[in-house]
Amino acid sequence: MSTARRQDIACRELVEILTEFLEGALDEQLRTRVEQHLVLCPGCREYLRQFRATIGATRKLAEEDLPPRVRENLLNAFRDWRHGG
Amino acid sequence: MPTVVSPRGSLKEPEATHGADLAQLPPEDRTLVDRLRAGDEATFLAIVEKNHWAMIRVARGYVASEGVAEEVVQDAWVGILQGLEKFEGRCPLRAWMFRILINCAKMRGGREARSVPFSALESESSGGEQRPVETFRPPDDPRWPGHWARGPERWTEERLADAEALSRIRAEIEKLPPNQRQVMTLRDIEDWDSAEVCEALGISEANQRVLLHRARTRVRQALAIWAAEGTP
Repeated sequence: MSTARRQDIACRELVEILTEFLEGALDEQLRTRVEQHLVLCPGCREYLRQFRATIGATRKLAEEDLPPRVRENLLNAFRDWRHGG
Repeated sequence: MPTVVSPRGSLKEPEATHGADLAQLPPEDRTLVDRLRAGDEATFLAIVEKNHWAMIRVARGYVASEGVAEEVVQDAWVGILQGLEKFEGRCPLRAWMFRILINCAKMRGGREARSVPFSALESESSGGEQRPVETFRPPDDPRWPGHWARGPERWTEERLADAEALSRIRAEIEKLPPNQRQVMTLRDIEDWDSAEVCEALGISEANQRVLLHRARTRVRQALAIWAAEGTP
């Protein structure tokens, strides 16, 4: 932080635009300012790391197991539809 | 017997077109639609399996319980199958399915006489804002306005690999307002791309990013609070 410059965006602003940053939705100039800020600011680097880690961990919530009862009910609905629904 | 909600009308598929040629659809979606129309059970089950939990989570934002969400998903499937013949493929299959699901969930939520989506009530009643672990310097700080006063504490890899971390994430996502929950579920749990999420939810890219950002910010904060609790 000690080397941050006057025209630098504030940490408070940076954390508000991280999704846009990660999605590539920032304009060139703002993206460059974010990148420069990240080089100089360990706090924001850690915040970004946590933000990404949160996204990565959230992905692990994906499930594919179908409860047998649900499977049976939906299969019945499908068969009803196929036979004239 | 659950009430059948027809997808017609709300989805702007012209009535006259039967079995449209689906020219705008990606080839893999076209194959799926063809197989479904032909009554292929294996294809149906594969699609159900792939989407069931996302459908439950999205529906859960509008109704009072997991049990009702299951009924909504069942209703939605009946609507999807009945609408399949008229599906023109103007948006991807999955996005179209979720639009029907959301219609069903809204109708069901409305019948439960709730003007505010259920999860919004929950998050309001759960004690309001969390107290953030990190703080910023005030805007009039003479040297570093808006910079960290107290920055984020470092998380260890092991901490986040903990099963408890995942249950915290799940719980926090359930507390989000429905629109944030939907976007985060589809983008970050189900790994959909942003265009498809916008199609399914009928929102703009910019709006989607705002919702996603609020949701992620809240979930990260919940993890930070939890991580801080565990630190002696």
